[in-house]
Amino acid sequence: MITAIYIIVSACIFTGMALNRSRVASMVLSALFLLVQTMLTVHGLLHLGETELTYFSFDALGLILLLTLSIISFPAIIHSRIYLTKPIASATSAAVYNAAYVLLITAMTLGYLANHAAVTWIFTEITSLSAAVLIYHHRSKLALEATWKYFFVCAVSICFVFVGILFISLALLHEGCPDLFYSDLMAHKATLDTFWMKIGFLFIFTGYTAKLGLFPMFTAGVDAKDKAPAPSGALLASALMNLGFCGIFRVYAAISGTELAEWARMVMMVSALITLFIATIYMVRISNFKRMLAYSGIEHMSVATLGLCFGKAGFMAAMLHIVMHTFIKSGLFFHFTQLWRTYKSKMIDDMGGYFKLNPFGALVLLLGFVSIAAIPPSGLFFSELLIFTSMISADSWIIFGITVFLLTVLLWAFSRSMFRIIFLPASKPIEKLSISPWESVSQLILFVLAAYIGFNPPAFLGELLLQAAAMIS
Amino acid sequence: MLETFIIIFLSTLFYLAIANRMRNYIKILFYQGVLLFLVAAFQLKEFNVFNLILILLETIVFKAIAVPYCLERIIRHNGITRETEPFLPNFVSLLITTGIVVGSILLSGSIDDIILDKFFFVGAISAIFTGLYLIVSRRKILTHVVGYCVIENGVFILSLAVGNEMPAMVNLGVMLDIFASVFILGIFANKIGDVFHDVDIDSLSKLKD
Repeated sequence: MITAIYIIVSACIFTGMALNRSRVASMVLSALFLLVQTMLTVHGLLHLGETELTYFSFDALGLILLLTLSIISFPAIIHSRIYLTKPIASATSAAVYNAAYVLLITAMTLGYLANHAAVTWIFTEITSLSAAVLIYHHRSKLALEATWKYFFVCAVSICFVFVGILFISLALLHEGCPDLFYSDLMAHKATLDTFWMKIGFLFIFTGYTAKLGLFPMFTAGVDAKDKAPAPSGALLASALMNLGFCGIFRVYAAISGTELAEWARMVMMVSALITLFIATIYMVRISNFKRMLAYSGIEHMSVATLGLCFGKAGFMAAMLHIVMHTFIKSGLFFHFTQLWRTYKSKMIDDMGGYFKLNPFGALVLLLGFVSIAAIPPSGLFFSELLIFTSMISADSWIIFGITVFLLTVLLWAFSRSMFRIIFLPASKPIEKLSISPWESVSQLILFVLAAYIGFNPPAFLGELLLQAAAMIS
Repeated sequence: MLETFIIIFLSTLFYLAIANRMRNYIKILFYQGVLLFLVAAFQLKEFNVFNLILILLETIVFKAIAVPYCLERIIRHNGITRETEPFLPNFVSLLITTGIVVGSILLSGSIDDIILDKFFFVGAISAIFTGLYLIVSRRKILTHVVGYCVIENGVFILSLAVGNEMPAMVNLGVMLDIFASVFILGIFANKIGDVFHDVDIDSLSKLKD
């Protein structure tokens, strides 16, 4: 019932946003959207395990991701508002932006909650469409290039997912099951045809890597996060990556515990390590701040995927990791709008002396860097530690060694750029702007929240994690 | 009968590998659309009439006529040169396509399935990978669009194979086809063609580290 209300109200808000040209009305609509988003999340948390409209279930995994998305959608919409007023965007482009933003959040929400492989697929396709509109916000040549690459790669990858779903449907048909609910997959997991499951998983994994940001399809995502306006880049670099994780995990859950599990783990591990390697190489010679954040995103996703490969403990750590990563990474993207206004550039070489120009902002940025680099008191420190522990307890010393080595190099490269921005003097004199400290408060809250979750995960989150972990064996 | 159509479909893939002119690509897309129309008409016996008509219309109107017509118009409107400008010589392309088809035949050897016909499997997998190969081996962006259409055709064949058991998948495939192709062609025809006059991938390589 609530899901139906959510879909109808969101559709109305989407239409309203697209048609509306007044700023006051769009503020009212944004507030209304946040209200229904919160309503759905609270309803889901109170009705754990229930199914609505046949195709949407409030299961543990979906709820964790939904809660994360709903929390960041508040600052995301506030920062979009700031973004569209400084400098003031034309009424038409603001309307298109807002409508696409609402559509993106709605599609991700429904994608998380979908309990049917084809429904997840449909909403993933809708996220590609709305993300493409957001990336093209500036209507420049470079934005067009990024949009074209992103949408083209997503279109090919979505074809791959479709083929994978078809193969899995063949495996299910042999079990006399003409539908593609994840619960059917789980119920028949012991007897599913291994050939079809193998080839199906391979296609689905490859397809969803475009969203998750792993090798082989990660490239378009990096360009997209670079060219998209920072508040939408925040969603692309966090919540949208989680949708890819969700899509892969739900199929992987049906494979874990069968004879294919070892093989699937191998596929994910190879892809994650290659991604980590590529991210490290690019981080060492990075010159663009937003691309640096994008590469750090694929680094964290490969760490999370590695966690998924190491049993229940690893999976729970990986889930914790992507939740905290979502908060921290979106916070950093929100902060980028202030950097842009200060330096009028994305290039790290043009930046410097940030502490003198925007003291409170620089403090928050420093805290953000400490958080994303997984240096204590960051929450990510604990999840990475747990992932490493699960690697060591599985005696995977080689994987552990490679991961730690690459992460160390990456941390060196990342901190070199960040410290340059914050502490070293700028190469040319920069005019000091007056930026209200209030603009940094939301980021501060997100970083502190991530640290809090790492130190002391709330009891209900722990319970949801345990329930989600029960899906794999 | 079905097998014949799929074998003809496979031979169009070989022609794609060696075609030198953009117009030939478009002709091939037209023939593939017609072949898919025939395959759908013969294969989907258990469909209800309304649904079947919808799918047949999609293949003939959309795949065989609208998309090729659109591509043809883009070529004329933007004054795109006729050569396909491959990175590799045609002979190598032909060898690679042959490798793809042989590979999918070998892969199909391990299938022992009563639902899926091996012909469909070979046709679909070959088309998907030939499409990918076209995308990576050609310079013009328009050829990438052609490659994407070939991938779509491969996916459609695969969905037809399980169509009688899972009609919803065929409809979803059709939806994917229309949404993605319209969007891709839309961006291309309205934006890329106007902004970048000389449309090859070298003009889309500004974004890098």
